[in-house]
Amino acid sequence: MIATTAWLGGHALVMPIVLPLVAGALLVLLEKARSRAVVPVSILATSALLILAARLMEQAASGEVAVYLLGNWRAPFGITLALDRLSALMLVLTALVAGGALWFSMGGAARQGLHFHSLFQFQLMGLCGAFLTADLFNLFVFFELLLAASYGLLLHGGTRARHRAALHYVVFNLAGSALFLIAVSLLYGVAGTLNMADLAQKLPLLPPAQARLAQAAVLMLLVVFAVKAALLPLYFWLPDTYAAASAPVAALFAIMTKVGVYAIARTSTLLLGPEGGPLAGVAAPMLPVLALATLVLAATGALAARHLRVLVAYAVVASAGTLLLAIGLGTRDALAAGLFYLVNSTLVAALWFLLADRIATARGGTDRLEAGAFSSGWAPLGVVFFAAAVAVAGVPPLAGFMGKALLLQAAGHTPWAGWVVALVLGSSLAMMMALARAGSTLFWKPGAPATAMKLAASGTGAQSASMLALLAAVLATAIFAGPLAAYTEAAATQLMQRQTYIGAVLNAQPVPAAYDVRREMRERGDAK
Amino acid sequence: MLLLLALGIGTLAGCGTWLLLRERSFDTVLGLTLLSYAVNLFIFAMGRVKPQAVPIVEPDGTPSLATLADPLPQALVLTAIVISFAMTAVLLVIALRTQAHTGSDHVDGEEPRP
Repeated sequence: MIATTAWLGGHALVMPIVLPLVAGALLVLLEKARSRAVVPVSILATSALLILAARLMEQAASGEVAVYLLGNWRAPFGITLALDRLSALMLVLTALVAGGALWFSMGGAARQGLHFHSLFQFQLMGLCGAFLTADLFNLFVFFELLLAASYGLLLHGGTRARHRAALHYVVFNLAGSALFLIAVSLLYGVAGTLNMADLAQKLPLLPPAQARLAQAAVLMLLVVFAVKAALLPLYFWLPDTYAAASAPVAALFAIMTKVGVYAIARTSTLLLGPEGGPLAGVAAPMLPVLALATLVLAATGALAARHLRVLVAYAVVASAGTLLLAIGLGTRDALAAGLFYLVNSTLVAALWFLLADRIATARGGTDRLEAGAFSSGWAPLGVVFFAAAVAVAGVPPLAGFMGKALLLQAAGHTPWAGWVVALVLGSSLAMMMALARAGSTLFWKPGAPATAMKLAASGTGAQSASMLALLAAVLATAIFAGPLAAYTEAAATQLMQRQTYIGAVLNAQPVPAAYDVRREMRERGDAK
Repeated sequence: MLLLLALGIGTLAGCGTWLLLRERSFDTVLGLTLLSYAVNLFIFAMGRVKPQAVPIVEPDGTPSLATLADPLPQALVLTAIVISFAMTAVLLVIALRTQAHTGSDHVDGEEPRP
């Protein structure tokens, strides 16, 4: 099962991090010089990332856990990157959402200020790194990277609302980072390692006194990830932030909550599984309860929303709640259902933020849910609104429904069955009502004609095309639901068999050195 | 020595948290700075405090944990210091810009109504 990727000279695994880094650095210079090459370079880098991610997914689908040793240091000593089915899936999703957001930004959002494209690439670098790394401190560094880029993107083309939201967002995340560092160093203090595979082996063997400290540290980690994933007591930053960001940025942020979900899935299967010794199931009762409460509050928030974007932001919170519920149930089938739902919910959330912006523009710049007329072409927007509403609320025939159906089926075998069925279906109904009310208010109630904001003709073309592309991706998850479900089920199985991951990471052999400088120096007599 | 370090971390973390919860953005920035100092000291302490031990192997000595300090937490602290320093700078800029935009240094961007 141990294999290093043969293509790209064995460095394919680090490429999703290196490529956006180089592209971003290049774009800083190009944007400073106001070069015409900015947009082509940005598109080229993002499409290359998509192709790379697809190739990596194809490779991961075989079931092997590919490992890359940074700096050629063996596993617990150096930083390791590992690619399994889940990581590959997240990489592809990131590239897809990024492609859609970038395409939409050609319609004008990217020109509101300097350095949109370089920040965009740096954000992608942080995201890809967080999905690939097998080292906790390295995960912290990539979290900081993607957050730093997201601060810049959030403030891009700054308005008053954006500045206010950014201040809250930054302070909240910095406090989260402090907690992350405390948890990570506490784990290092008790286990002497930060490699996740090594931790998974060492934590179950701790003496009881230290096991308590390890429990506290792991729970603190989960709190930090819950901040990113917008779990119940910690989601208050999300609606404001997402509603204030510009449309392509909010669409890209749709993948950011999934970083938290990914990190929770990774740590809870690796460290808190049944083989986790004193850590086994420390979060077991809390996670489903909080996830269900998140669902209820997100549904309430959606019903109470007075702006379309706030409504969409609450839909993102609801999807995070559903995902964390799937992880919290702790069975393989629930996890598989959650991963299937994750694909659809990420794509549809990105589509919604773009759509909300188009609707606001067509209604004279406001997305308030009140009667008013469209200045132009409401019918196509209405059709997309309907399709996207079906996808986000989890109504047949789209993939949102299939994901929820799989989850309900999987929950049937757990003690939570009754609560899960009642609250998941209830929140779906509330979401559907909120969306139906929003749609009928926006599209059917007559009102004073609005003055459209001026848009370049080419700009609207790019915006419509990107929305249609994302819509096609959402429909594709429904059409190709069979293969996708098979893949996510295999990914969940792989996550549950943690020995595969641990073995692959810890047994990865360094590449033999082509030149042994020390030996040469010894032979020449240079070294002591 | 350990007690002093623990008290130092506790004081910094306590003051940092209190300042973080205040309503003026300047206090919040200061609070985060103090909190990051506390965290940095904590990471350092997690590598076990050994006075007069260096993380470098002497040319004549044999490397052993009895005589050496653990270099890894020191490297982690260095990374954490750089990141928190940069983030404080970013936060200060955002706080200043917010004040320029809204004319208030309240964290909500407007004075609370009485």
